[in-house]
Amino acid sequence: MLILTCPCCGVTGEETEFHGGGEAHLTRYGPGSTDEEFQAYLFRRENPKGVHFERWRHVNGCGKWFHAARCTVTLEVFGTYPAQTLRPPEDLLERIREKRPGWRWKDLS
Amino acid sequence: MSNSQIPVTQSFDGVVEVLALPAQGMVTLRGDLADERLREAVNDTVGVEVPLVRRADFQDARGVIWMSPDELLLIVGAGQGAAIADRLQTSLAGGHALAVDVSDARVVFELRGRRLREVIAKLAPVDMSPDAFTPGDFRRTRFGQIAAAFWLVDDTCARVICFRSVADYMFGMLCHAADPAAELIVY
Amino acid sequence: MSTRIATGGRLTDRTKQVDFAFNGKRLKGIQGDTLASALLANDQMLVGRSFKYHRPRGIVASGSEEPNALMNLGRGARFEPNQRATTTELFDGLEAHSQNHWPSLEFDIGAVNGPMARFLPAGFYYKTFIHPRPFWKHIYEPFIRQSAGLGKAPDAETKDADTYEHYYHFTDVLILGGGVAGLQAAQVAAASGVRVTLLEQSAHWGGRAPVDGGTINEQDPDVWVANTIAALQQMPNVTVRTRCMGAGVYDHGYVLGYERLTDHAPEAKGPRHRLWRIRASQVICATGAIERPLSFAGNDIPGVMLASAVRDYATNYAVAAGDRTVVVTNNDDAYRTALTLHAAGLSIPAIIDVRAGIADSPLIAQARAAGIRIEQGRAIAKVKGGKRVTGVVICAQAGSGGSLDDIDCDAVAMSGGWSPVVHLWSHCGGKLHWDTAQAMFRPDAERAPTGAEGTPFVACAGAADGYFALQEILNDATETALKSVTQCGGSVSEQPQTQGHSLPEAPLAPVWLMPQGATHDRRAKAWLDFQNDVKVTDVQLAAREGYESVEHTKRYTTLGMATDQGKLSNINGLAILSDALGADIPAVGTTTFRPPYTPISMGSIAGEARGDLFQPIRKTPMHDWHEAHGAHWEPVGHWRRPYCYQKAGESVDEAVHREVMATRNSLGLLDASTLGKIVVKGPDAGRFLDMMYTNMMSTLKVGRCRYGLMCSENGFLSDDGVVARIDDDTWLCHTTTGGADRIHAHMEEWLQTEWWDWKVYTANVTEQYAQIGVVGPKARAVLEKLGGMDVGANALSFMGWADGTLGGFPVRAYRISFSGELSYEIAVPAHQGRALWDRLLEAGAEFNATPYGTEALHIMRAEKGFIMIGDETDGTIIPQDLGLDWAISKKKEDYLGKRAQQRSHMTDPARWKLVGLETLDGSVLPDGSYAIGSGSNANGQAVVQGRVTSTYHSPTLGRGIAMGLLLNGPDRLGDVVPLNKTDGSTVEAKVVSPVFFDPDGEKQNV
Repeated sequence: MLILTCPCCGVTGEETEFHGGGEAHLTRYGPGSTDEEFQAYLFRRENPKGVHFERWRHVNGCGKWFHAARCTVTLEVFGTYPAQTLRPPEDLLERIREKRPGWRWKDLS
Repeated sequence: MSNSQIPVTQSFDGVVEVLALPAQGMVTLRGDLADERLREAVNDTVGVEVPLVRRADFQDARGVIWMSPDELLLIVGAGQGAAIADRLQTSLAGGHALAVDVSDARVVFELRGRRLREVIAKLAPVDMSPDAFTPGDFRRTRFGQIAAAFWLVDDTCARVICFRSVADYMFGMLCHAADPAAELIVY
Repeated sequence: MSTRIATGGRLTDRTKQVDFAFNGKRLKGIQGDTLASALLANDQMLVGRSFKYHRPRGIVASGSEEPNALMNLGRGARFEPNQRATTTELFDGLEAHSQNHWPSLEFDIGAVNGPMARFLPAGFYYKTFIHPRPFWKHIYEPFIRQSAGLGKAPDAETKDADTYEHYYHFTDVLILGGGVAGLQAAQVAAASGVRVTLLEQSAHWGGRAPVDGGTINEQDPDVWVANTIAALQQMPNVTVRTRCMGAGVYDHGYVLGYERLTDHAPEAKGPRHRLWRIRASQVICATGAIERPLSFAGNDIPGVMLASAVRDYATNYAVAAGDRTVVVTNNDDAYRTALTLHAAGLSIPAIIDVRAGIADSPLIAQARAAGIRIEQGRAIAKVKGGKRVTGVVICAQAGSGGSLDDIDCDAVAMSGGWSPVVHLWSHCGGKLHWDTAQAMFRPDAERAPTGAEGTPFVACAGAADGYFALQEILNDATETALKSVTQCGGSVSEQPQTQGHSLPEAPLAPVWLMPQGATHDRRAKAWLDFQNDVKVTDVQLAAREGYESVEHTKRYTTLGMATDQGKLSNINGLAILSDALGADIPAVGTTTFRPPYTPISMGSIAGEARGDLFQPIRKTPMHDWHEAHGAHWEPVGHWRRPYCYQKAGESVDEAVHREVMATRNSLGLLDASTLGKIVVKGPDAGRFLDMMYTNMMSTLKVGRCRYGLMCSENGFLSDDGVVARIDDDTWLCHTTTGGADRIHAHMEEWLQTEWWDWKVYTANVTEQYAQIGVVGPKARAVLEKLGGMDVGANALSFMGWADGTLGGFPVRAYRISFSGELSYEIAVPAHQGRALWDRLLEAGAEFNATPYGTEALHIMRAEKGFIMIGDETDGTIIPQDLGLDWAISKKKEDYLGKRAQQRSHMTDPARWKLVGLETLDGSVLPDGSYAIGSGSNANGQAVVQGRVTSTYHSPTLGRGIAMGLLLNGPDRLGDVVPLNKTDGSTVEAKVVSPVFFDPDGEKQNV
């Protein structure tokens, strides 16, 4: 059972206080988008062995959504950061580069 | 016949004493907690400053609790919730904030006794050691299977808050955890 | 025979007698006994039958690794199967029954399997019982269930009489195991000031050291143990628990501790078990080691025991496993057993040591000096005896088992060396390496389990780490503790100094089969896994049949499965497999050790969640009234809502009928408090709600209500409800009963993660209000009777709302209807809900005010053709399927689900659509009934063209009505379609409009 630190209220809590919300940094496609774009937005997901970016909600807590960078193999949590961003913070990316040289995730590396 | 304002009226004397507090006024205030106008309005209406992150600050029975980065829970006198919510709404008009009376939405239980840290830790996944959780600290978490929150008034008094509909369940759990035959001494 | 020795027994008090019963026989033990030691003291060698062959089985071990002595304990509400006699502390009145035999332990019909054992090899079940298929259910399975399996299941009608609880514990360093290594690690870690928690599974501190001898700080180990634990108990940063087993190690430092509080004293009050849910920065496994059996013919006959267990029983409980005990070993440690028994005055006919030509180590020399016969290079060809050992046949280890000598004896103490208990290390991914010299898997510190930070969080110390000499154990524990403290950010300035001394030992000889060239007959009697009845020949057969992976072999043969989890069988089985495969042991590897280390009770897992606390029950402010007035409850989410209110002598159907008719004819009252209520406020709230709902909410006028639909982003209908505009920038959104938390979360998700620049705040105020539906032709009359606000047709028109007072209560009245009747929903602060309810009943008495439940609500909405989320929808239904196009704004560029509803299969004209269905014979269609089409599909099944979504008997219309989804439904009004029934027949129904009652809304528009 994981522990996560909510960047919004600072609580480090166990997984039962949180709720996973799937892949982070999706771009929404609405009316006017092509079938291809919309299908990718709705259904196509990363399934990495290694570095992954996810959404979590501190549901039994402050109620806020946030992002987590996590390794799907070792379950190491590289860091958490607020949901109100389109891209992970640079210092977090740097930390991941140090720990997992050569990692890639969508257009991040 | 429950003409009582609160759904649980019994108390339980176990490892700690468990009792439901009488009704009090409660107001949810959402807004920019850094905004001076909001901070002043809170202080003016409640008489307590906006607290630090995850703290519950009280002046006698009136208090302000940090719920999330954009939410406070104001504790005021019984029957004052609606009026205070209106006053806040008025004084914050023109800005972006939401003040709403929630006096009846929640119940507050009080735990009294030396072993309240252990009793809470039987139900909530929270580090209750004296160094990790000090008087005035406030934590939203879960108790058993429900969302709940609590704060320490002092080392022998804690208050636990949950939704009204699950008051019986919460009371039952607290009594189970405070069973005199289940005393556990860790701290 | 096994007996109580006249003196000794360090854990017992022989002045205190304890009475217990085994298989109904009254026996006596003494204070401090385990059930196993007490049984042995009473010469009860035979304690059970084996799983598959029903062979007689005796006690093998003295701890949690015991495979045979599993008992049914207690009776009635305190009955529990599969309890190990070796870890069951004896108490007055204990009742134990042996397992796995029929009709009796002494005479077991199933033992006919024994002589037939060669017909029951590995994989027998798979190979034999497959054909013919129908035989499985009626012949094979009942037979196997009778003959295989462990203890009895508790009586289904009996509730466990005990209570249980959880405890969330946080610590820096958690040490599992209170032997010398654990105690030393604890005192080193504690000296740093970090928080230390030390758990010991048994009732006693010290582990094996007090039995195995040696000195610590030049004193008996018992003295050091007592002093150390006493000092630890005084330290404020240290928590210690006995009878608390480290059951499992999980991700990110999560560890379960299983504390058995009253198993040894069932009359005591309080919880029986407490599950410690521990979060530790660092975990030290000081879990010791388990002795391995040796594989020789007849090694499962009662009286053959682990050498260490024989020693434990003698030293700890003053129990002799036999009068004449042959020791058989491949290492020095078993000599300690011989010396202990010899010192107790018992006979040791011989020590059979497979090692040939080794020089005398101190232990061997002591045995010689004691005059014990030592046979080096020898092995046991076979054990003689049936239900107990009568002797052994000795042979050369090097040969095929030719008899050299027969020795009479009544017990055999065997030692195949020691295996570190690496289970907890392995639970979370810790890897092992093979130590060739000591012939054992040890934790590989380079490949430790890693935690949230990506750094190691589990380490092993002492015997669990592969160290067996006292000084090495202490050094390893110290070093491990220092590392763990450093990982926690602490440091130790003054390190406790501890000196250990134990006798040096000669190296062991890895021996996996005895004798080396044992014949098939003998190998077929050499057991690897006593609990699961796996023999050397089974593993060899599996290898021949192509099971090369150790995990496959485990499943094929059942080696190391069930409660054993490889404790005794693992290494011996692996060694036989690797030999059969011609591979090295490390190349074959081990199976996966899974938590829990030994089984934990279901009660401890449930904790407080039993009975009334099984799950939270949400109660409305009127709950007590409902309960007192015959509420037949229906769970809706965690809420309990009255399905109907049964009066004396009334059936459920009759009650529902009465409630519908009373409401249609006069006045019904509904507790609608459970409906979700979410306030949405802000300059962008209208824009936001336009995205949330398919309808246009931004144009709703203050004072008005609008029914709205919410879809998920993939277009499917997810919730519905009435939205009221409160003021210029505030809306109140009603959700379904089950939807409040979900929809609030849904709104917050989009606000926080997509449109975070929009100025909108939400608040879930569901529980702030009690809400009462006042429904029926007399609804207005009763409200006017209460008085205080104008609820007339003009002042409060349909789909309007107003604040005011009614009978002195501050209310918000919504003029909305889910029944087709003149209807108001009245919201009051929750604490006044019950009082308003009472007032309405009182004032409504003259109108036959009738509280109604969810079934009447459902029937009345179905009569009106209103959809219900969860009935007409199931996560695959879009609003267009339900003819709700009128509630979908055509003007809006976007809303959640809009794009998805443009996808090709969403616009497919062949999607089933909502219609009403009326049976020609007036009967009620079965729930979930399918409309049958013509012909059959590729699988030979009837083609279906639709299905029933809601079906009721309508009291108003006096016949069955239903709603359903049908191919081209709205175009087929008047058609008759066949729908299937559960008995295989069909019933014909006419396709009609889903609005069965008052299609023009004359009843509500008054």
